[in-house]
Amino acid sequence: MSPLRRVLRLAAPVRWWLVLAIAAAAGALIANVGLMTAAPYLLSKAPLVTGFAALSVAVTAVRAFAITRASLRYAERTLSHTTALRILTELRTTVYRAVARLAPGDLPDARSGDLLARIDADVDSLDVFFVRGVVPIAAATIASAVACVVLSVILPELAAVLAVFLLAAGVGVPLATRAASRGAAASLVEARGRLHADLAEQIDGMADLIAFGGDGNASESDARAADRIRDAQRRRAAALGWAAGASTFLAGGAGIACLWLAIPAVRSSEIAGTFLAVVPLVAFAAFEAVGPLGDAARQTEVSRAAAIRTFALVDTAPRVADPMTSDPIPGRHGVAFLDVSFRYAPDAPPALERVSFELSEGGRIGLVGPSGSGKTTVVNLLLRFWDPDDGEIVLGGSPLPRLRADDVRAQLAVVPQHPYLFNGTLRDNLLVADGSAADEAILAACERAQLSRFIASLADGLDTQVGEHGLKLSGGERQRVALARVFLRDAPIVVLDEPTANLDPRTERAVLGRLDAFARGRSMLIVTHRPAPLELVDRVTSLAGRG
Amino acid sequence: MWFAAIVVLSRVVDEVFLHGASATAVRSRVAVLLALVAARAACSGAAEWSGETAAASLVRTLRGRVTGALFRAGPVAVRGERAGELVRLAGDGVENVGPWLARFRPARITAAVVPPVVAAIVLVLDPWSVLILVVAGPVLVVLLALIGRRVRDATARREGELAWTSAHFLDVLRGLPTLRIFGRADEHATVIEAVGRRNADTTMDVLRTAFQTTLVLEWGATAATALVAIEVSVRLMGGEIAFAHALAVLLLTPEFFLPLRRLSAEYHTGPAGVAAAGRIFQVLDRPAAVRPAAATPTPERATIRFQDVSVAFDGGARPALRGVSFEIPVVGSLALVGPTGAGKSTVADVVLRFVEPDGGHVMVGDVDLSDVDLSEWRSRIAWVGQRPSLFTGTIADNLRLGRLDASDADLWDALASAASAGFVERLPLGIATPVGEGGLRLSGGERQRIALARAFLRDAPLLILDEATSHLDEPTQERVLAAVADVSREHAVLLIAHRPEVARIADLVVAMEAGRVARAGAQEVVR
Repeated sequence: MSPLRRVLRLAAPVRWWLVLAIAAAAGALIANVGLMTAAPYLLSKAPLVTGFAALSVAVTAVRAFAITRASLRYAERTLSHTTALRILTELRTTVYRAVARLAPGDLPDARSGDLLARIDADVDSLDVFFVRGVVPIAAATIASAVACVVLSVILPELAAVLAVFLLAAGVGVPLATRAASRGAAASLVEARGRLHADLAEQIDGMADLIAFGGDGNASESDARAADRIRDAQRRRAAALGWAAGASTFLAGGAGIACLWLAIPAVRSSEIAGTFLAVVPLVAFAAFEAVGPLGDAARQTEVSRAAAIRTFALVDTAPRVADPMTSDPIPGRHGVAFLDVSFRYAPDAPPALERVSFELSEGGRIGLVGPSGSGKTTVVNLLLRFWDPDDGEIVLGGSPLPRLRADDVRAQLAVVPQHPYLFNGTLRDNLLVADGSAADEAILAACERAQLSRFIASLADGLDTQVGEHGLKLSGGERQRVALARVFLRDAPIVVLDEPTANLDPRTERAVLGRLDAFARGRSMLIVTHRPAPLELVDRVTSLAGRG
Repeated sequence: MWFAAIVVLSRVVDEVFLHGASATAVRSRVAVLLALVAARAACSGAAEWSGETAAASLVRTLRGRVTGALFRAGPVAVRGERAGELVRLAGDGVENVGPWLARFRPARITAAVVPPVVAAIVLVLDPWSVLILVVAGPVLVVLLALIGRRVRDATARREGELAWTSAHFLDVLRGLPTLRIFGRADEHATVIEAVGRRNADTTMDVLRTAFQTTLVLEWGATAATALVAIEVSVRLMGGEIAFAHALAVLLLTPEFFLPLRRLSAEYHTGPAGVAAAGRIFQVLDRPAAVRPAAATPTPERATIRFQDVSVAFDGGARPALRGVSFEIPVVGSLALVGPTGAGKSTVADVVLRFVEPDGGHVMVGDVDLSDVDLSEWRSRIAWVGQRPSLFTGTIADNLRLGRLDASDADLWDALASAASAGFVERLPLGIATPVGEGGLRLSGGERQRIALARAFLRDAPLLILDEATSHLDEPTQERVLAAVADVSREHAVLLIAHRPEVARIADLVVAMEAGRVARAGAQEVVR
């Protein structure tokens, strides 16, 4: 199915609003045709009559058409924008859900800035598809037909001539514009996503870029992306200029052609002289409808390119899928890896090769090994961000693929190797672990994570903003926020990936003491390369490395 | 040209309709008409083309300025900003200025120039009708100005909200794995939806106000047009005005109001552009984090002395360094130790000139650090931060960041120093392996070692390692530290560590606590 047709299908729930918007748009255009019929007719009639009463019908019609046109135009614009925005809000949520389902396992190469462009700018640019595409095209079709009918009442040949011009301007020009701007639109949307992605990465890595003198090259590559956008816009500008010129010429041409055709007809009294002025003006009025269609074609092209990118994301099927019928949430909390092998990509080196270990319920094991030996991969597989290529992971007696991924994660309290802090307050970041936690619970968790003194030193306490990536905090503070999240989350299996890598020895000891108490009655897996955390575990499993 | 066309058209209709002229009689006039239409078409095409082209160029220029300003502002300034907002600003924000230039500004100029011209033509054709125009025109202009202010306010509000939303989206997208770990990713969809709804409402507020302007204006314009139609009709009945003139006046009246209507239709693009431009200039005018380069040549090899240096973030609200004094010698290694949050990384920020001291001085030899040439100074530093960033590209691309002309052999040497030659060799593509955004295809320890290799490759007089081995296992860390010790025999090395085993290799140790130097001296003295 073509991408734009799919966008159109998204409108199904609000289709009646869309129909209403089209009706209002068509109504406004028809009222204009009416106005352009009644006004010159009134004028032409005036020199021929003596009493004002003879004109009263035409006078009333002029006023009525005028008021109706303005009101309907207002209705159309309000309706079409409201409807489009409603559709886009839905779509944006759909795209988010798709990304949420895919991250991080199925998005290894997706760049966050590019994802942002898709969920933000691309979805936004679908707005014009409705407002400047669907509604004007449908309305123009209706209004053009009405204009032709009006002219055919005066003289059938006129309608035929007008129809030819309208087709040229309403179909020919837009098609040509589309053909001319298709390449430009695609390269525009692509370059924009690229630039977004580059910028997001450059802002993130700015310190390294500047320190290593790479900022010059980065600026240059931004400049090149910006150049590509400009060039695409210029190519589009040329197409737009031709379209504007052509439709202006066709509008004037239609008026003149109709007039030229009507002149002999008036002389032969085939049509009344009072209609002569009406003829070119109705033609002009009809062009008010088809004039914007060149622009509609261009906008539709941008929307099409954006829709392709958006749906590409929505259509990616996650490799890790929930089973049709899932096992119930396990009542036991042991974990076993049985001969698990895994690589992140078919061409990547193996991350795990036939790894087996067992974490019994209430047990504690440490996972050690040189860096790159797959320790973090074990955590990623346990979280079911990926599924193993071979072997089996069992949680509480059920193989992972037979459980719902959400149920699996609900069993786990995890400190990931690179905990993410959101740009919000400390409280926001802790509530991630338990949305309903009261301040007392939060502060208790912070106390266990050795954050109390730090929080007490802050003027705004829990309401302190942590900055992008939490960078207003030190590395050790960020790690302790991640630990506090685990203390806040009452889950039976505790998984810690290098939980103390950024802590000084004193803080490390204090945190480990609290973790020791917390892990009582729970199962615990600690991934580490440091000796201190291993004092907490009963058993150590060693992974062989690749380097 | 259009107005001329209207006048000619009116004459043609007049002659055929009232004087029974034949087609051949009006042929020349129709030809003129056709020529006028063609000329008008050429003009409107050219106007569209040139407007859009100029807009594209302006947007390009602004985009370059914004990205340039971001790099000048530096990483510490950016830390407080929402990255998504900055991305949006350079991405979409500048795009909003385009329509402002291509459509809003021409519309405003046309609205100022065209109506008087139309009024002048009508004055010649029929002085009575001008009365209506002269009364209706200014009234509508005043109305437009009044509502325009409301639109402007609403638009500024909307811009702020949209910027926030972009930032929020980017933050959420990046934190998705964390949200999924805690089972909150789906729940967040409702937040996204609510934010989307609110944005839609704000947007509709802006648009509705703009459309209301148009509505009032169109009512005004049509009322005036209808009035003119009725007025001239009545006078036509009395024979006070020629039919050709009457028809021309009727056709010209909408043209009088058209520029105003166009302007009102573009009224929301105007303030959106202005609001975006305002935010852009905010970024452009942001004082650079450090003073621009002065002419003082950087001393070749010199001791770096901290003299009573103080730094506070957030406008003084968060002191990080409170009067720190110590020396980094020309050769040899110095370790900064202390609990997390003691201000160790801020020392590195100061040396790299990501921040300027609020008090005290940093001297390089006998030159104040804030007087040396910035890029020359940084070219002498190799730095591995706590969260080193790798960039989309290959391992080789990332290594060459600090030394573009490095040979492959140099790369392998650096990798060997960083204990990474082994794992890179085992990758099927070797140094041509793509690392993914932020190096996410590599493990944490591998990423850290690539960053170390990048620093070794730079072979700079000063090497700063900020917790640069935190993700390495002990044997690997030992190998890396041995390489660092080698470097320190020729260059200065600043080690930031909270672990004794890293600080152990240093010749000198400075212990920090709560932004102050607690103890300093040789290993034995401090221990």
